[in-house]
Amino acid sequence: MFRHVSTGKTRNKFLGSAATFILGAVAMAQSAHATEELNALVWCDHTDPALIAPFEEKYDVKVNLKEYEGTGAGLSIIEQSRPGDWDVFVIDGVDVHRAVEMDLLAEIPADALPTSDLFSDVVMPENNVVDGKTYAVTEKFGYNTISFDKTKVDPKDMEDMSVIWSDKYAGRIAVYDYYLPVIGLVGLGLGIDTADLDADDMDAIKEKLFAMKKASKQVGEVVSSQTALATGEVDILVGGGEWITAVLSEDKPNLDWVIPKQGGLRWAQSIAVMKDSEKPDLALKFVQYIMSPEGQARLATSSCYWGMPANAKAGENLTDAQKAALRWDDQAGYLKNSQLYPIPDADLDAEMQDAWVEMLQQ
Amino acid sequence: MAHASLETRENRRAWGFVTPALLWTIAFFVIPFIVMAAISLATRKGREIVMAWNFDNYIEFFEKAHLLKGLFVSLEITFTVTLISVILAYPLAWIIAERVPQKWQRMALIMAILPFWTSYVVRSYSWLLVLAQNGVINNSLVYLGVISEPLELASTRSATVIGFVHFFVMLLTLTIYANLVQMPPNYRRAAADLGANGFQVFWHVVLPLTLPGIMVGAFLTFVLCIGDYITPQILGGNNELALPQVIMLQLGRRADFPMAATLSIILMGVVTLAYIACARWLRMERT
Repeated sequence: MFRHVSTGKTRNKFLGSAATFILGAVAMAQSAHATEELNALVWCDHTDPALIAPFEEKYDVKVNLKEYEGTGAGLSIIEQSRPGDWDVFVIDGVDVHRAVEMDLLAEIPADALPTSDLFSDVVMPENNVVDGKTYAVTEKFGYNTISFDKTKVDPKDMEDMSVIWSDKYAGRIAVYDYYLPVIGLVGLGLGIDTADLDADDMDAIKEKLFAMKKASKQVGEVVSSQTALATGEVDILVGGGEWITAVLSEDKPNLDWVIPKQGGLRWAQSIAVMKDSEKPDLALKFVQYIMSPEGQARLATSSCYWGMPANAKAGENLTDAQKAALRWDDQAGYLKNSQLYPIPDADLDAEMQDAWVEMLQQ
Repeated sequence: MAHASLETRENRRAWGFVTPALLWTIAFFVIPFIVMAAISLATRKGREIVMAWNFDNYIEFFEKAHLLKGLFVSLEITFTVTLISVILAYPLAWIIAERVPQKWQRMALIMAILPFWTSYVVRSYSWLLVLAQNGVINNSLVYLGVISEPLELASTRSATVIGFVHFFVMLLTLTIYANLVQMPPNYRRAAADLGANGFQVFWHVVLPLTLPGIMVGAFLTFVLCIGDYITPQILGGNNELALPQVIMLQLGRRADFPMAATLSIILMGVVTLAYIACARWLRMERT
């Protein structure tokens, strides 16, 4: 039943992993003697040593990373911390305003950022600029749509969002456990633009959420969702996208993703400097490193999940295979057929989260 | 005078011994509990926490079915786990105490508690690998031709119960074993002399005398199981939420500390009720 495969590719992978491990160990040993420390509250893609080590070496600094999922969780960590504990904050682009309202972010001088090098569609000043002041910059983006195993489901079926709440693939669906994009997706499936989604729509959305839950096998965070799809536990992942499948493109070419005809959700993560940081200059240097073509290429292909870099110049540092996995050349069409996350006010946000827990309890 | 001063000195000595434990309990239980109880009376308004000093969160808990269900899911899982663990642990403890030669009993006990030596999280993930669609159980059953399609084992309540039972059977085995080996063999001999058969000896003598061990083990199982977050989170596949998972959602996603505190107080209340029932039963047994 079990096969042991030993090929040159496997050996190369092993040697590559060993080299990465040794480099990581050397970087860790060096950073242990670093003169300064920087504390960053980040998404899991920033925890890849291949991304962080070059910055640590260049600036003789130890970057302490704390990863979180979902803005609520990030803000919860900040609320439980002392002012000054965090220097850098990676946040959902649509929640930058929320963080600014909470007086958490520092203004970034516009000329300190490579704004002209970014894809124009993802500069998104509506996210990152408040009252004419820049507080964050888009660093990476992608799509929450439908990922699937094209050898087990009919790819044509995946082009219609209604498949996620139908019985056709019941028991073969996993749902990404993040209420905002999935509620946004269900809304799109019902013909509701994310910008127009309000409390009146919640009853219809709940009905479809419950139907989707009934047809699904599990609701899980990034790693368990990715594992379920990769191991064949499920054949469809609602809320997935290139960020789930691209990182597996070499080993799992059977995995694919699509933006259904009703559209998909575009996620965009921003990076910001914390207002109470005691090392604002170093924090800004970190942001600048992440936004550089080299940093962007490493972030785009980070070990946790892949995603399109915001900086168009990152393409110079990516291989053709990496660009193909990211669908570099198809972005114009994808950007056109995708919408930003819903931006609920506090009451609607609470209602959405209640609906999500209700769905989990179905 | 001398008597009084001796009493005073003894009192002071007693306080000297008790004070560190008392201060520890006050600092790390009483004060946090009071703070938590106070926070449970606050309200999350928008993104602010307001000290409202009312019971709105408690009312909301009983009004919102998805919150209340968390408690019922926890209770159902906990009672199931406790019952199955007792049923499996009793014969295991009995075999170790009665059938395993004394020189091998220590080894048997070490084998029984081996699962305690591994990390709780690692153990839960291991079960996920065992129960997965391509896991050990499904692969074996398919290979043997028992089933043609893999069974849905992972990401279910059954998976959560299996993960818990694996752990708590060992705990209960220890408490019941301790009870069994303390029981003088003369009791059973006396019952047999009086004409009781094997089953009657067990039913009328052994079982009643080992009930305290069962109750203590069952109570520990209840407390640890109902407050556990890791096992249902890893093995349950988020297909239903136990109360600790609902509490974590309030903290991790909503930063709704008042509701999290409310749910925690309710959970503590349930555990306290279980303790009172267990303690009363044990007192009744002694009288």
